Amino acid sequence: MANTQAMCTSFKGELLTGTHNFGTAPTRATTAADTFKAALYLATATINASTTAYTTTGEVSGTGYTAGGVTVTFGTAPSTSGTTAFVTPSASITYSSVTLSTAFDCVLIYNSTQSNKAVSVHTFGSQTVTAGTFTLTMPVNDASTGLIRLA
Amino acid sequence: MMITTTKGDMEESLLQKSEGSLENDKEIISWVEYRLDDELVHRSVHVVLKQSVAADGVAAAIG
Repeated sequence: MANTQAMCTSFKGELLTGTHNFGTAPTRATTAADTFKAALYLATATINASTTAYTTTGEVSGTGYTAGGVTVTFGTAPSTSGTTAFVTPSASITYSSVTLSTAFDCVLIYNSTQSNKAVSVHTFGSQTVTAGTFTLTMPVNDASTGLIRLA
Repeated sequence: MMITTTKGDMEESLLQKSEGSLENDKEIISWVEYRLDDELVHRSVHVVLKQSVAADGVAAAIG
């Protein structure tokens, strides 16, 4: 046998469920899952790895779209496979009956339970929608393609 | 079939329909557009994400 330097896979999975806290905040008062939301951003916005929380700056606006976006359904608990932890929304993210006339190319997933703190940024080809529906279908929920992965 | 448009619900047969799609390593994008006398009155988009972001967990060597 030999020892191998590594980040424990169980720890990666536990990060996705808030098990570990190296700091002092936040204090979690419940074991319930947090609520996550998805907001759309204009192609001219600056949403990236430095984004710390949901912002209205650069967010799309238009008929049928509510600032802050829509709730994301995480119906499947985080999982691990190999040395990767991952979690993916269990349903498509859908904005129905909207008109978004200015090009957008980004969705920000954020935690509305925890002060709207940012989780991840996902970009796609620039789009507009006219009196229609914008649907984001999630990738396969596994260690290779899951929406949020800790590898 | 009725289509939601900027002018209210309209019968599909009254509109000009166009569709398109593109695929790359990250996504598959498909869209459908309806026009009334060359005016865009409906556009819906469906993006299928193929893969997404990953963060590396690193345990640094000591010493």
